[in-house]
Amino acid sequence: METIFDLARAERRASAQVPARESIEDLPESALRAEPPGLPEVSELQAVRHYTRLSGNNFSIDTQFYPLGSCTMKYNPRGAHRAASAPGFLDRHPLAPESVSQGFLACLHELQQILQRVTGMGSVSLTPMAGAQGEFAGVAMIRSYHAARGDTGRNQVLVPSTAHGTNPATASMCGCVVREVAVGSDGDVDIEALKAAVGPETAGLMTTNPSTCGLFERRIEEVAAIVHEAGGLLYYDGANLNAVLGKVKPADMGFDVLHLNLHKTFATPHGGGGPGAGPVGAGEVLAPYLPGPMVEKTVDGYRWMEPPETMGRLSAFMGNAGILLRALAYALMLGPEGMRRVGEFATLNANYLATRLQHAGFDIAYPDRRACHEFIVTLARQKRECGVTAMDFAKRLLDYGVHAPTTYFPLLVPECFLIEPTETESKETIDAFVEAMTSVLAEAASNPELVRSAPHTLPSKRLDDVEAARRLDLRWRPAHASHRSDPSTSG
Amino acid sequence: MPFIPHTKADVASMLAVVGAADIDELFDEIPANLRARDSGDGDAAGLTEMETLRRMAERARADETGPCFLGAGAYDHHIPSAVWDIAGRGEFMTAYTPYQAEASQGTLQLVYEFQTMMSELTGMDVCNASVYDGGSGLAESILMAVRAGERRRTGGRAGSRPRAGGSRRVVLAGAVNPLYAAAARNIVGQQGIEISQLPHGENGLADPGLLKDLAEPPAAVVVQQPNFFGLLEDVDAVTDQARECGALTIGCVNPLTLGLLKAPADWGEGGADIACGDGQPLGIPMASGGPSFGFICTRQSLVRQLPGRIVGRTRDLDGKPGFTLTLQAREQHIRRAKATSNICTNQGLLVTAATIYLSLLGPEGLRNVASACHARTRALVAALDLPRRFDSPYFHECVLRLDRPAQPVVEALAARGILGGLALGPYFSDLADCLLVCATEKRTARDIRQFSDSLDDAVRKAA
Repeated sequence: METIFDLARAERRASAQVPARESIEDLPESALRAEPPGLPEVSELQAVRHYTRLSGNNFSIDTQFYPLGSCTMKYNPRGAHRAASAPGFLDRHPLAPESVSQGFLACLHELQQILQRVTGMGSVSLTPMAGAQGEFAGVAMIRSYHAARGDTGRNQVLVPSTAHGTNPATASMCGCVVREVAVGSDGDVDIEALKAAVGPETAGLMTTNPSTCGLFERRIEEVAAIVHEAGGLLYYDGANLNAVLGKVKPADMGFDVLHLNLHKTFATPHGGGGPGAGPVGAGEVLAPYLPGPMVEKTVDGYRWMEPPETMGRLSAFMGNAGILLRALAYALMLGPEGMRRVGEFATLNANYLATRLQHAGFDIAYPDRRACHEFIVTLARQKRECGVTAMDFAKRLLDYGVHAPTTYFPLLVPECFLIEPTETESKETIDAFVEAMTSVLAEAASNPELVRSAPHTLPSKRLDDVEAARRLDLRWRPAHASHRSDPSTSG
Repeated sequence: MPFIPHTKADVASMLAVVGAADIDELFDEIPANLRARDSGDGDAAGLTEMETLRRMAERARADETGPCFLGAGAYDHHIPSAVWDIAGRGEFMTAYTPYQAEASQGTLQLVYEFQTMMSELTGMDVCNASVYDGGSGLAESILMAVRAGERRRTGGRAGSRPRAGGSRRVVLAGAVNPLYAAAARNIVGQQGIEISQLPHGENGLADPGLLKDLAEPPAAVVVQQPNFFGLLEDVDAVTDQARECGALTIGCVNPLTLGLLKAPADWGEGGADIACGDGQPLGIPMASGGPSFGFICTRQSLVRQLPGRIVGRTRDLDGKPGFTLTLQAREQHIRRAKATSNICTNQGLLVTAATIYLSLLGPEGLRNVASACHARTRALVAALDLPRRFDSPYFHECVLRLDRPAQPVVEALAARGILGGLALGPYFSDLADCLLVCATEKRTARDIRQFSDSLDDAVRKAA
């Protein structure tokens, strides 16, 4: 647990990184700091070794299986990373004139077109920097549309009770009121509840399809018709697009606007929390309101453009441009044929895994439904019988070298795991996961304490979240150094 | 099948377990009319990695230019080789958000170290684990300030219900990056929060006197240091005046310059309340403006209003120190419609790079890089021999006046391979003949000579 600050010694430095000091005597004294900032003073080797060592304390796609529902943790091709790392891309200044940006603009234009084809939406804007910002753009566009028609009373956004937390949070951030719509026992939206919820205050409905239960919303066209008849619009949260990529287009289902998570469906790395990219696509009705800038092709080459009624920019420049380039490289390597296979094999893997887990004695939340690219296992029975919770189960799986599935989401299924294997995992990996799950199931019955106190093999045992929130310690201070291990054992 | 490992035998045995005749049968819950529509994409196979790299490298090469004198929020700094060698390791790059703390101690400890370094640079108590960029950082800081104002009105009791009554207006004092301001307006405007601009004075600086004349106190005053014109603001006076009128101060800062410049927590008598900005100068390539990361630092008393992830140090079952995400009750996955922000995915990998960068530079390295940027810009201004538009002290950007519209000159310079700065006309109508230039520590005397040698020619061409 040695931090970089514990390694520091006054006046030690990575000298190759330190240029000569230049005169600043023309700057007013009052603008300068009196004391240098307390940054660590370490050698280059110490920094390299420290952060390389920290990297080893992580699970990652490159080292472990991540059956993390709703997160689409698939392989992140190195080729896409390399394509985006060409010097001409890395060194391009965001405000460079169009005349020296034709290569970059050509890439963005090509990606806009690919995403238009995949989603069926007529226009795509690439700027939102994550799914949540794409959602923000979409809801803001819906509001602009109503406002432009003088339809000012529409302030309610409907979300199914199973929605991702970002959906209601986004609606609030857009100044809307959130209204939840119940989900029926078959996992689909309760049509009667939806009919009762819509009205003259309805701005729109935000939903995923497949839903967060891993189920295809079978009456999606009826859902769309009900919302549209009430004067609302439909927002497609693209978090689960991987399930139907190349098979079904959101525009055909009746959606008016959507975002895609390129860090899910288009295989860009999650980076330990980000960056992502959340391009927004819109049909005819909402296209004029898309955020800018977008790229258009003219006889004189590519140029930036703003849609006529644009909601404006959401980032200082062009969103997470480097992520867009990675997604383009991935899409080029797949081609239309490979794109279709993503949805097919993601679905095959999920259904195979669901069936095998069911045979191994696990309870599937919707056993009568076809799984899409993910599905829910509920451990409510295990909790009742052995006193082992889904969280305990998740932590014990870490000891088996697999990342835990998404736990306790969606909220309506008790003690649940949401499991998404993705298409890039082999049958052998999935079989090994079934074995790990089966072993933990047996342990839960024979030695529940072993599971309750897991993990046992990682750098930390179970960490105390409650203490973390109660006694906030959000930054290193010199007093922490007393906890330091023997310096002779350090790098 | 790129990136799909299944053999025919795998598919057959998996389908047998599932009890389906073929993969298509797995889609039988999807209404046929939705599936039947022609995708229109044809059946073309993808490119190989080699072909993909070739196509993209050709495009990347087309955009390569000579020396860059553009700044305005993205800066061409040297990046130590170790930064991306390590940040690019699969164990960092392909990890998920550290919700499973025990399997994510590497990322969590790194973010804790990052929070410490940013707190040191800004002098603040806490820092979040990033928002998207400088623009979203400003937007989220404004939302924080408005929430904090509502809370103060109710007496600031923890858990007290915010009510309307706090100001829903924020003012920008002087030259705040107009691209940040535009993004912030578009984001906070959805909640009816108004951002108004107080003009900069003839010296290019914010005028603290204008704050005195405000009819009612805003929730916050935003001041940028160095400001968009590269000038050093009198942040002490602005901060004091903001406090005087009952507003919070939001300092929008370039973290690299904080190696030399006064920490926002030390501005004026009481210090700024929130410091935000873009982390790109800290080891992140310009890369067309993203990904970089936004950061927000603040006082301990405002930590529950801070958006985004925060890492805390705690103990494990054996009492050993370790790290975990904390104060998650602020966030969308717990609080849903009542969250401080909708942010989920952030800019974690860029935070990784910045943390390694700051470790390698240390206090002296950062100070010296900042001083070198200032010195190069001084040399550039001397070499170009154009009049300065504002006579206040500048840091590493400067506004120069041409005797004609600047945009065609920028184009003519670009044709000569030089990114000669930003024409300010599109952002400030009265500055259409002005060029915002920047020289980082990477610009050599030869680069500067190349610029000055080309300038006359470019100006003639643009005429």
